[in-house]
Amino acid sequence: MLDHASSFDASPAARQPLPLTESAGARTLLITIALGFLLLFLLLPLIVVFAEVLRLGFDSYWAALREPEALAAIRLTLLTALIVVPFNAVFGIAAAWAITKFQFAGQNLLITLVDLPFSVSPVIGGMVFVLLFGLQGVFGPWLAAHDIKIIFAIPGVIIATLFVTLPFVARELIPLMQKQGTDCEEAALMLGASGWQTLFRVTLPNIKWGLLYGVLLCNGRAIGEFGAVAVVSGHIVGHTTTMPLYIEVLYNDFNFPAAFAVASLLTLIAFATLILRTILEWRAEQRLASSRLH
Amino acid sequence: MRIEVKELTKQFEHTLVLDRINLEIQEKEFLGLLGPSGSGKTTLLRIIAGLESPDGGVVEADGRDVSTLGFEERKFGFVFQHYALFNHMTVFENVAFGMKVRPRGARPDKQAIADRVKELLELVQLGEFEDRFPAQLSGGQRQRVALARTLTIDPQVLLLDEPFGALDAKVRVELRRSLRNIHDATGLTTIFVTHDQEEALDLADRVAIMNHGVIEQVGAPVEVYESPKTPFIFDFLGHTNSFDCVIRHGKARLGDKELNVEPGIPDGPGVAFVRPHDIVLSRANDPEPTQDAKLPDTAIMRFVSARGQRAAVELLYGKRLIEAEVSRERLNELRLSVGDKCTIRLRLPRIYAKRDAEKQTGIGERAAPRPRFRKRLRSRLGGTL
Repeated sequence: MLDHASSFDASPAARQPLPLTESAGARTLLITIALGFLLLFLLLPLIVVFAEVLRLGFDSYWAALREPEALAAIRLTLLTALIVVPFNAVFGIAAAWAITKFQFAGQNLLITLVDLPFSVSPVIGGMVFVLLFGLQGVFGPWLAAHDIKIIFAIPGVIIATLFVTLPFVARELIPLMQKQGTDCEEAALMLGASGWQTLFRVTLPNIKWGLLYGVLLCNGRAIGEFGAVAVVSGHIVGHTTTMPLYIEVLYNDFNFPAAFAVASLLTLIAFATLILRTILEWRAEQRLASSRLH
Repeated sequence: MRIEVKELTKQFEHTLVLDRINLEIQEKEFLGLLGPSGSGKTTLLRIIAGLESPDGGVVEADGRDVSTLGFEERKFGFVFQHYALFNHMTVFENVAFGMKVRPRGARPDKQAIADRVKELLELVQLGEFEDRFPAQLSGGQRQRVALARTLTIDPQVLLLDEPFGALDAKVRVELRRSLRNIHDATGLTTIFVTHDQEEALDLADRVAIMNHGVIEQVGAPVEVYESPKTPFIFDFLGHTNSFDCVIRHGKARLGDKELNVEPGIPDGPGVAFVRPHDIVLSRANDPEPTQDAKLPDTAIMRFVSARGQRAAVELLYGKRLIEAEVSRERLNELRLSVGDKCTIRLRLPRIYAKRDAEKQTGIGERAAPRPRFRKRLRSRLGGTL
């Protein structure tokens, strides 16, 4: 047996190629299975989406996107992301800061709670808000009396999306900040910096790449979320339908060209996210490699 | 600034980390807090800095109680073991940080900041590195940057937590010298924490040796090295040979001599601790009389390793090993080599009660028998035997 363990390292940048032990046949088979699977389940559907768009022609594609309802859906999706992402970024930083820089009772509970939206189905997330804010819900009568509409309205869409995307930034930052410890913050404070100065000049620059990565993931999910939003939105076309919901509406109406047009737009956003993410990961590796040089 | 620590106590969970610590650090003094890991030395330093709050006791600066002040009000400089540099800032920006964050009225102008940064970087011999990022510096250079950065707040006290802990041996010695020079140049009261006895003895004016949350002895390096109060300190500060003896009426019989025992050590079983360089060798048939205690039997030289001028000699005395250190010259003079018999004399033995020595140093455990081979083999093979 060759000693594999000694060449293993947690970071991809420093990983050495392992001596190959499999035969050429086995290797080919494994690669074929993996690539074939990717092709069939990931690439093919994407190709179909864009092929469909091309087949319909650019004019009808453009027309489908210029529909007032389509524009409303795009606007609502962007609005949701615009509210949810900054909110979750702030929450994520606050939660990660609290968990990693202080010791307090209920710390582990907070970590578990942050993860909750990942472990329950988004539909349940949506249902919870219906139970809370719906007409028959806990706060329903009070909201109705004050003429505030949350469920089947835009606030509901935003709240449901908030719930589903809550963990992304915090999850990204907690391990990072745990690794970094509190030395830099203590050093800054001892040099006379105020709490805010420490946050903006020391902590945020230290975590900026992790934060950006978390924001990107959060944004992707906020734009693409379907389950939770479907429950609370009420599918009022042109008013409470986000892009994913609008695609479903179009699809159920057998309006396939328009459905594919909006779907392609959503896919493009996902692609952009993927590319940005790869760049960020590459950058992080570069930084790691350069800090290892010394 | 004079620092005084009175009756300081700190508990983490159920462990007593500091147990009624009393310590006084004089103005301009360079004090080393020395102890094994877990002895509470870093906690003590962090409490003095204000980074940790004590459960009881006070910290005084020039006679004024500063216990209730936050660390930002105490204005003590603190250097972290892992430098805690701001990695996204250049060396210049790191050092300038402490001045740039001051409120507008108290902030020096740009030119004044630049001048001060240059001056401090010259002091730590990093004048040409101001545009580098921390990642482009060696460990020793990073620690110098951290030191310069701390000095921008004009601290009256400098606290260093294992400042050389993350550095390799050669850089350590260099940085030690420059830290001593900086201390002498600035006249700052300085406290540093270390687990390396050589470092503490080499660098400090006085050393406070800690163990299990208690300061066992405070004194000048020569003083603690030559008269360690407890068996723990003796063992911690260097290599130790121990010899059993019996204490009766305040005197211990060791080899062919009766030795006076320090007051306070009870009659009963005792041990004499002797450093390797205090083991005096002579040829077996050469009984020249000295004041040192001579062991009754002869020993056999088993191994000689020569490092530079000093030779480490392993001797077999009966069934036990004795470590000795002699100069190569002396060894040649004696014409002793491996396999020869020789006589051993013990210079400057320190005598302690055996019970204390065993409890504090684990010396008694060194002769513990190994598990028998067959038994181990059987347990490893399990049911197949």
